[in-house]
Amino acid sequence: MITVNGIHKSFGKVHAVRGVSFTAPDGKITGLLGPNGAGKSTTLRVLYTVLKPDQGDARIDGADVVLDSLAAREKIGALPHGSGLYPNLTARENIAYFAKLCALAKSEVDDRVDSIIKLLEIEDFADRRTKGFSQGQRTKVSLARALVHDPQNVLLDEPTNGLDVMATRSLRHLILKLKDDGRCVLFSSHVMQEVAALCDDICIIANGQVAIDDSIEGIRERTGQEDLEEAFVSAIQMVGEE
Amino acid sequence: MRTLLTVFFKEVLDNLRDRRTLASALIMGPIFGPVMFAFVINLSLDRALDDAESTMDLPVIGQEHAPNLMRFLESRNIDIVDGPEDIDGAAEAVKTGAHDVVLVIPESFGEQLADTIPARVELYSDEANSQGDKEARRARSALNAYNQQLAAIRLSARGVNPMLLRPINIDRVDVSTPSGRSAMLLGMMSYFFIFAMLMGGMYLAIDSTAGERERGSLEPLLALPVTRAQLILGKILAACVFMSASLLLSLLSFYVVLEFMPLEQLGMTPNFGLDVVAAAFFLLLPFILLGASLMTLVASFTKSYKEAQTWLSVVLIAPTLPILVVSILTLRPKLEFMFVPSLSQHLILVDMVKNEPLNGLHVLISVLSTLVIGVAVTWLCARLYRREGLLG
Repeated sequence: MITVNGIHKSFGKVHAVRGVSFTAPDGKITGLLGPNGAGKSTTLRVLYTVLKPDQGDARIDGADVVLDSLAAREKIGALPHGSGLYPNLTARENIAYFAKLCALAKSEVDDRVDSIIKLLEIEDFADRRTKGFSQGQRTKVSLARALVHDPQNVLLDEPTNGLDVMATRSLRHLILKLKDDGRCVLFSSHVMQEVAALCDDICIIANGQVAIDDSIEGIRERTGQEDLEEAFVSAIQMVGEE
Repeated sequence: MRTLLTVFFKEVLDNLRDRRTLASALIMGPIFGPVMFAFVINLSLDRALDDAESTMDLPVIGQEHAPNLMRFLESRNIDIVDGPEDIDGAAEAVKTGAHDVVLVIPESFGEQLADTIPARVELYSDEANSQGDKEARRARSALNAYNQQLAAIRLSARGVNPMLLRPINIDRVDVSTPSGRSAMLLGMMSYFFIFAMLMGGMYLAIDSTAGERERGSLEPLLALPVTRAQLILGKILAACVFMSASLLLSLLSFYVVLEFMPLEQLGMTPNFGLDVVAAAFFLLLPFILLGASLMTLVASFTKSYKEAQTWLSVVLIAPTLPILVVSILTLRPKLEFMFVPSLSQHLILVDMVKNEPLNGLHVLISVLSTLVIGVAVTWLCARLYRREGLLG
């Protein structure tokens, strides 16, 4: 479970995140939805501890991301935006490297790597060097790498960017499977339909603030819009008017 | 510790598969120095042989007016050849570079000589041309020798001791040993070793910061449950291993090149056997940690791979500065120099090559101070790896 409590983050004069709070429970998919530059990535980066919030706090299964960042990182698998692989290593080696760094026991590494390769259906290119992989192949390997240590909380930053229809579809199946396993999945996107198709809860962020945080039904009700896209637009406008 | 080793082995494997890293670590660095060195040695060998042994052509106008002088010059390994037609032609030939030097003997030469009036000859040369100047100097010194010989003969003929003309006899005593003479030329080789060593780790240092960031693999890595200090230390350690390999290879390739260079002809016998190779390796070993961490430190401030390359080429040159200053001022090894990395290694290495007894205290201070500075810079790297700015 991820709880975010009033975090702020500035980069110089840019106040990127202004008091974002939400909760992403286990066994559910929570979507961070918002236009480009709304502060989604910054929020996620605070959660996987590469950025420190200026104000507020966030906890991953109770571990504070600032005070106990190592414990927080143990509980998450993160797929940052535009994740890259090591081109001189094979897909399998890339995944195994992260498995070893996550302190999996030596005997465990091979088994875990094998099973995650199977789960993500990347057997065909698992033993090729990743130089020259397609975007879809790269995303799958990055995701396998993020999930290899079996994390309870999964953070995905715009995972479907640059994926074709088939790849997006298989990614969607995987995210649903993670949910069925009882994990907490938090994923960001700027595509309304994608979020609507997957998420139980949606947290719409605009201009560094939470515009609305509710289930899909709740959002329809509160904005008075039946069409989700209209609901999205009016939610963003609500922030703008404040 | 396990994390550190995991990072270390991954970096070694990754870079062993990278052609660019391998080329710079195992070929560029180790080969560049010896090849350059062989080139310079050959050049100075050519010049040295030129000066002493080769015959020189001297165009002379009016040879028939001074047959004795011509014979004297030929005895000094100077071939007399026909010069231009006249004096104007001589000046022109020297100006255009057709001849480096032209000797003109006027018709009155024999007459003036017989009358014991200073007999005039003209030597045309272009002093702005260094090669021509060398030839002119040789012609001048031959003429001077003839001058002195004639003077001595004249004095003897009049019953005067020709020694009266030499109140002072200057004897030049050169105390440099063949090994010592080598050190001057070999002084530059210590820098080649440092250069080769740094080249070996350069791409690893860039890769651990700017490279990872540009590739997009840095954020996933930092999101793992490991401390950043372990990541950066594993990477620096891997760079150290590549640098050691480069250093060892460049020492060995120098050893091989020196075996084949005819250095005795230049009066040099450098003390650079396999034992010195081993000693030099251990002497330079502490500098590896400093080099690796310094390059990582500089690379961590850059925004991109290209920018990192630019800045690291500055780091490649930095170790030459103290060596250069000391060479220009021709300072002898002093205790306080041993606190300066690169300079201390250079001075001790020069002593080794000169085959002079090593000062144990100097070696100790060199090793310790370089190690301490290296550890300090490594610590700084680990601290800086924690800052958010690293993500760019």
